[in-house]
Amino acid sequence: MTKDMNQRDFGTAPAALRGGARESFGVPMMVLCGSYLGFGALVRESDLAVWHGLFSTLTAWALPGQVALVELYSVGAPLLVIASAVALTNARLLPMAMTLMPTIRGANAPRWVYYVTAHVIAVTGWAAAMRVCPTLPSEQRLAYFAGFSGTLWCGTMIATAIGFALADAVPAYVTLGLVFLNPIYFMLVFASDLRQRSRMLALVFGAVAGPPLYLWSPDWSLVVAGLTAGTLAFVLSSKYKARS
Amino acid sequence: MSEFWLPFAAMMVGAGATYVWRALGVALSGRVNPDSRAFEWIACVAYALLAALIARMIIFPIGPLAETYLADRLGAAVGALAIFFLTRNNLLAGVSVGTAALVALTWGRTIF
Repeated sequence: MTKDMNQRDFGTAPAALRGGARESFGVPMMVLCGSYLGFGALVRESDLAVWHGLFSTLTAWALPGQVALVELYSVGAPLLVIASAVALTNARLLPMAMTLMPTIRGANAPRWVYYVTAHVIAVTGWAAAMRVCPTLPSEQRLAYFAGFSGTLWCGTMIATAIGFALADAVPAYVTLGLVFLNPIYFMLVFASDLRQRSRMLALVFGAVAGPPLYLWSPDWSLVVAGLTAGTLAFVLSSKYKARS
Repeated sequence: MSEFWLPFAAMMVGAGATYVWRALGVALSGRVNPDSRAFEWIACVAYALLAALIARMIIFPIGPLAETYLADRLGAAVGALAIFFLTRNNLLAGVSVGTAALVALTWGRTIF
């Protein structure tokens, strides 16, 4: 019998954990840490302490929401605004967690382990697990995901601290570049995801509505832009789908 | 004192507003179809909000970027997109070129 080339086996769950940790090093780790360098610099330039940045990366670990939070905090937005903007930004984690769970379930782990592991669900590790985990024996899947994403998480903690330190140590021009990393990184991440009409429309409407709404209300502009532009994109693409 | 502790409160709220989705996803997995229309709407709202934030950060930045020229920031952003698509979605190349371009353009203005 020929062995299926697409099947992989680390042997044991602890070996899969180490294997996942090893495989997290590469371009995804570099890009993610690069963007967290930018976050660390943003924290420094927003007159916050390094502990604030580290605390945010430790407890939230979803960069778009972290950047939105720091930006809103520095314009003095009230807590309710911050909470709604972060919640709307990160709602995408819900369908991601839902699709990931059946893929990594299978180890004889108690339920709470999945709730703990859920904290490290984010785009990079999610994409890797959705690709690799179905090829592994079921008892190694959770371990692989935890090893992969847990290592990314540790890397971003270090990158946050380094970015914070760099922002003060390098010439002002380089600090500009570090802070500029944040919008550029997200812009490109979204530019690679333009296949779905509704999401492409949402991006365009949001980008057009964002700046003028900010002039109208620095606090509420993000929440209002997200809800109106997002809903408009959703409705228009549904109508288009229904017609064709 | 509150200058130090207040941001932690904001970040706790942010962490809660983030983890709740992950936990809900674990709880609901296998019970609701993640391809449903409701989730498509959620994705649209999240995408539009982030696009609004990105556009705002480039056009009306706060902090040190506010001292750079709008033309430089737009030029660097367009350059990043161009390199990104020319290199077939190479994130590292696009991000490097975009940030380096802004640094170079800003620095260049001090010389000429």
